Amino acid sequence: MNAPEHRVLDEAGGVRAMTWVMGIMLFLTMLALALGLGTASAARLLERQLAGRLTVQIVDGNAVRRDRDAGRILTVLRRRPEVARAQPVDRAALTRLLRPWLGSDGADPDLPVPAMIDVDLVGQDDRGIARVVQAVRAVTPAARVDRHENWMSPVSSFMQALTWLAFALVLLMASATAAVVVLAARAGLEMHRATIEVMHMLGSTDRQVARLFQRRVALDAAIGGSGGALAAAGVILFIATRLEGLGSELLNGIGLSSSDWIILAALPLVFLLLATAAARLTIVRALRTSL
Amino acid sequence: MANIVQFENVGLRYGTGQDAGQETLSDISFTLRSGAFYFLTGASGAGKTSLLKLLYLAQRPSRGIIRLFGEDAVLLPRDRMPGFRRRIGVVFQDFRLVPHLSTWDNIALPLRVAGMAEASIRQPVEEMLAWVGLAARADARPATLSGGEQQRVAIARAVIARPEMLVADEPTGNVDPDMAERLLHLFDSLNKLGTTVVVATHDLHLLNRIPNAQMMRLDKGRLLDPTGSLRYPPPPRMDA
Repeated sequence: MNAPEHRVLDEAGGVRAMTWVMGIMLFLTMLALALGLGTASAARLLERQLAGRLTVQIVDGNAVRRDRDAGRILTVLRRRPEVARAQPVDRAALTRLLRPWLGSDGADPDLPVPAMIDVDLVGQDDRGIARVVQAVRAVTPAARVDRHENWMSPVSSFMQALTWLAFALVLLMASATAAVVVLAARAGLEMHRATIEVMHMLGSTDRQVARLFQRRVALDAAIGGSGGALAAAGVILFIATRLEGLGSELLNGIGLSSSDWIILAALPLVFLLLATAAARLTIVRALRTSL
Repeated sequence: MANIVQFENVGLRYGTGQDAGQETLSDISFTLRSGAFYFLTGASGAGKTSLLKLLYLAQRPSRGIIRLFGEDAVLLPRDRMPGFRRRIGVVFQDFRLVPHLSTWDNIALPLRVAGMAEASIRQPVEEMLAWVGLAARADARPATLSGGEQQRVAIARAVIARPEMLVADEPTGNVDPDMAERLLHLFDSLNKLGTTVVVATHDLHLLNRIPNAQMMRLDKGRLLDPTGSLRYPPPPRMDA
């Protein structure tokens, strides 16, 4: 059927409830997807940053022996092929870290604070890490080696759980949208039953009738979806600005790459296709039962 | 002339199983010849509308054989029905105009359903509007039209696509005698162009208006012809 045929179904009333529903669903879905993409990106960054990092602590009450062992370990580490960088943490930095607990006492040179060395590894191979640990322990058994990965694994797991939760929400929201479209299409079919019967008697095919509904749903999805997508994009940009303002290294990782933005921009189109497909299937299936 | 419609021992019963009522139509057998003009008469409740529904494929019979345009219409698959329906113009007793469309768009509907380009639709629609005397009401919605005007829109919609067969259920029931005359003349003109016309009416005055028309009479769901075929030659006409 040609373009003016869409008027066969009463479209009076301008923006309908369905437009609002589509807008709200897309708004929520886009936020959930942005959260999922953001936390996935943060989890990846965290993994990249922590996977190849170690901290060596030399815990010894004798400051002279401690500093001597720290120097020897540093030399050993810098010679190892598995180590990209080994850097001692200076006393001033440690004092800063201790200040919240010890106040100015943290700066006391007699305080038995462990010597610490930050180590960046070339790879993340477990065997390589074991060799580095062995080399450190060979210098002094008082040395402790901590993998950053181990400290942060609960955070990393939490980020991954958040990511999966967000993606599950996206799926749920998409399913709910499809269900709303199916219900709306059935209601529309009932409301326009008399008109559809006439269309059939004039020789309309099921596809022609379904196209009337598809067009209507697509219009709702396009108008509502655009509104919802714009609102969601505004909220996402606002949150991104606030996160930047917090200055947290971890939270700054919750950023969206350009590919993430492309995925978000494609979401309204995916919604439109999903809604029209749901409408088409519902109408064609329902019409099959009529003559 | 070839047969365009053939009914053999057709019965129609509404409902199924325990809900099934008595047969509305029983043992209906007749043939319609292509290009002929038929009146279907009978008292209210005789089954005229049910018979027409079988003709325009709105209903499948409970039993019997119906051949339409040379094919078995009873076993016709659903996906082939639109093609058959486009060859049949229908004037419904209750008009069944699309309430949200203007007169113009209602009349244009069969052409649009058939996929005709918008540019080609304007001329036939405007000709048809002029023919049924509704050019001035082209933009009016059905709710704002009188019963007679709605009936004329329904007729214009049924004939605009030049169907091979026109089926009209009481098409002159709501119009004045002058308009009834004009509409019948329109049906006659279509018939002369080759369209088979079947008009259901209980208005016996109409029968004299079309000289070559044949008549089928229904009574309590049965055709009043023991042979089950059309009375041919036509019965004597009644005076108005």
